[in-house]
Amino acid sequence: MEYAIEAEGLVKRFGETVALADVDFAVQRGSVLGMLGPNGAGKTTAVRILATLLKPDAGSARISGYDVVTRAADVRRAVGLTGQYASVDEALTGRQNLVMIGQLLDLSGRAARARAAELLEWFGLKDAADRPARTYSGGMRRRLDLAASLVGRPSVVFLDEPTTGLDPSKREDMWAIVRALVRDGATVLLTTQYLDEADSLADDIIVIDRGRVIAHDTPDGLKRIVGTQTLTVRPADAGQVAGVATILEAVTNSTPTHEPRGLTVPVAGDAAMTETVRRLAAAGIAVTELSLNLPSLDEVFFTLTGHGTHENEIREAA
Amino acid sequence: MNLEASTAVTGTIPLTIAPTRARRRWRLARHSLVLARRGLINTMRTPEALIDVTLQPIIFLVMFTYIFGGAIAHGSQHAYLEFLLPGILGQTIAMGGIAIGVNLNNDVTKGIFDRFRSLPIARSAPLVGAVLADVVRYAILCVVTLGFGYVLGFRAHTNAVDVLGACLLAIGFALCLCWASVFVGMIARTSGSVQGIMTLIVLPLSFGSNTFVPTATMPAWLQSFVKVNPLTQLVGALRGLLLGGPAASHVLWTLAWMGILLVVFVPLALRAYRRRV
Repeated sequence: MEYAIEAEGLVKRFGETVALADVDFAVQRGSVLGMLGPNGAGKTTAVRILATLLKPDAGSARISGYDVVTRAADVRRAVGLTGQYASVDEALTGRQNLVMIGQLLDLSGRAARARAAELLEWFGLKDAADRPARTYSGGMRRRLDLAASLVGRPSVVFLDEPTTGLDPSKREDMWAIVRALVRDGATVLLTTQYLDEADSLADDIIVIDRGRVIAHDTPDGLKRIVGTQTLTVRPADAGQVAGVATILEAVTNSTPTHEPRGLTVPVAGDAAMTETVRRLAAAGIAVTELSLNLPSLDEVFFTLTGHGTHENEIREAA
Repeated sequence: MNLEASTAVTGTIPLTIAPTRARRRWRLARHSLVLARRGLINTMRTPEALIDVTLQPIIFLVMFTYIFGGAIAHGSQHAYLEFLLPGILGQTIAMGGIAIGVNLNNDVTKGIFDRFRSLPIARSAPLVGAVLADVVRYAILCVVTLGFGYVLGFRAHTNAVDVLGACLLAIGFALCLCWASVFVGMIARTSGSVQGIMTLIVLPLSFGSNTFVPTATMPAWLQSFVKVNPLTQLVGALRGLLLGGPAASHVLWTLAWMGILLVVFVPLALRAYRRRV
């Protein structure tokens, strides 16, 4: 079996803080690994080590067979990195940014300009190509940043929380781009705080907590452990809560719980939602919310570790 | 026009064709020039970043000539202007080097250096490129200082070659001194503290010299500092080249100082850069 990314026993400390404590994982060529965890779990540290920006204190990692410490130059030729914050030069135009990267990758001036034009077109930035990047919206900046990481046609792409801070429609755009990358043969390591993102993009998911891998599974496998989807319904008229509860119980055979957002019940598949909508309509009950949700990161963590993600946040703030 | 909605995720992303790699030689020089161009575009897009090399020498010339000139040079503002201008050139070009450390510190904080470091480029290219881009700022400063000096009545007593030599020496000196600023930019936590630290270094250097007043009235301990001060040597060399008189010894001392600055601060800056990002 051929791995594009291999990490063995990675350890990284920053003073007293242990950012990574013995992390192992491997990603098959042409697949997507989703790295799921809260702020401060060590996701970014892992990505920075794999992209040669940091040296591990112990352990080793290889990209396409090249060791990230001893063969850093070869690794840099193979990888593209997109960070949480867009690392483009804001004073340069989108085109100038991409041409600059191409020239730094030893493309000739003409080849660099051709590659930039190609990527601007592909990322829907053609009309904004000659405006300074500081005039771009958040979503455009992310796309430019991703385009910058693809100038050298990397075979391994790191996406560090590519959709954090983007609104939902822009998230879908970014997801489509990731799928296209994989279709064209790239191996992708994606870090995220959202289970739904990892679920819809990744072939494998590792859950990382305080620098340790606490779960490594397929999305389906992980959902079997942490529980499947829940259906949440909130009636427009609070007096009809009892009616909604009866319908939900009839459809799913389980008793709904009362949450702040509404009545919530675990469901096996999408069919339950359709059936619920039909029965609500038949009963003439208007709703203000009706949604199908995967467990939140907090719920995932509670199931896997017995604690939520708050401890990490406190630790990070300290 | 809604650019947001125009994401064209339709065709395949051109990913698999092997990049046409051109020349491998002169990597540091080529990558540095590419990044110098970036620095220049940045400078031109933010004109306020040129205040320290345009307005600053003008204000200093006016201020010192008309406020102190009469008192210091016994009423002859013109005599003082001749004495002062080479000093202002030396002082402001030294201060012009502060900005590079501030800018590089911002680059590190903003993450653009992560991009550079994840690319297979010569390691020191981002720093060397930034220093090369500064040549343009220092050249602007020379033109502004001499040009505005001309308006106030300053005339070089020497020939065009010497004047050009004075400019090149000042620019060369600034390129060496600015590595100290690059070093501070790499170790300081915020760009504000880079500004503060560098001002603390450059101000005593420029006032503890022969820039504004003859050194005869200074106490002995200060005179010994003034003698070794690199800015004293630079300003002495500039006076010689612009006004005539002995310049050779000052020029040699300035060149020696430039060598010392490079030998000390280039390795320090590169080391701090490797550790920082």
